[in-house]
Amino acid sequence: MENQHAEIVAVITMKPEAITGGGAPVFIVKDQKELQKISMTLEKIMDASAHEIDTDTLIIVAR
Amino acid sequence: MENYLLPVVIGIVFGFLARTLLLRTDFRQYPTYPTGRIIHLSFGFIAAFIGAVAIPAVLESDWTAVTFLGLAATQFREVRKMERDSLENIDTFELVKRGAPFIEGMAQAFESRNYLVMFTALVTTLCAVFFFWLGIIGGIVMLVVVKFNMSGKVLNAIANVTEADIRFEGPTLFVGDILIKNVGLADTRKIITEKAVGAIVTPKNQNSIVTLSYLGQRQAMLHHVATVLGSYLDSGEPALVPLTKRNMADGRITLFFLPRDKDFHQIKAVLDKVPILDSAIRMPEEADKGK
Repeated sequence: MENQHAEIVAVITMKPEAITGGGAPVFIVKDQKELQKISMTLEKIMDASAHEIDTDTLIIVAR
Repeated sequence: MENYLLPVVIGIVFGFLARTLLLRTDFRQYPTYPTGRIIHLSFGFIAAFIGAVAIPAVLESDWTAVTFLGLAATQFREVRKMERDSLENIDTFELVKRGAPFIEGMAQAFESRNYLVMFTALVTTLCAVFFFWLGIIGGIVMLVVVKFNMSGKVLNAIANVTEADIRFEGPTLFVGDILIKNVGLADTRKIITEKAVGAIVTPKNQNSIVTLSYLGQRQAMLHHVATVLGSYLDSGEPALVPLTKRNMADGRITLFFLPRDKDFHQIKAVLDKVPILDSAIRMPEEADKGK
């Protein structure tokens, strides 16, 4: 609630060509199922939350 | 000094009674444990004692004693600091935090209660010095005043609480018509749809719009619901953390949380009784704005 600093710690995508550069690792997946699965794993590992940019791309945001 | 013994004893007794009356250990409140209670009761006893001996000291023209009383009174400022420190330490491990403004309000309450005890003892002794039974009556009147004047306002005095539906538009979570956040995982969306509850707090007037916008007040509401009704939450689950969002156009506050019990009747009852924090009260309507 006080000072919120958010950071993208990972990007999970089916369309790697739409993403460029940046400090966060990009995980490339084949389909929706894998997208959800990898995001879930990363979310639990990082204690962070997954957010949807569009149907092909999710990001893991740590606060 | 013989003839002052009885008035002083009555003063102490009523002062101590006042502290006991004000020491409420209810569902959400600190102090819950015997040790915490002992601390506050002994502080109350000391305060009652100081208040009770003040009048005899004045009547005897013992000015040194009177000055020392003033000195002793300043010690009670420490109570506030002590409360604040211990509550802040506890708060860091809370799943849904109380928030610093809530803690500050509680610390203030603890300090002011000691002054009330002192005042009760003082008035009682003053009455009892003149006439024994007058002291008893004065003491009882003070107890009533202390008990009923010290309860602050609660949320239903300034706002209405209504239920709102939880829904997703794609990944975006809405409570009623107010946007809460973006949820990426289908699994989390399912949990939220099943377990989450939305509530909309509609302020009753201009003053309460500003009061409710205060983040500390909003955190206090969330903490209150979480302590009473529990929460479906753990550390490292930021997606399920309860949130409040404000409709900036009309000042309505939306609450999003996952209680253990989804019965809205209970949730409303709990929310209605959230205390309005001292630090949150704003009254822009009463200020001169040249209107």
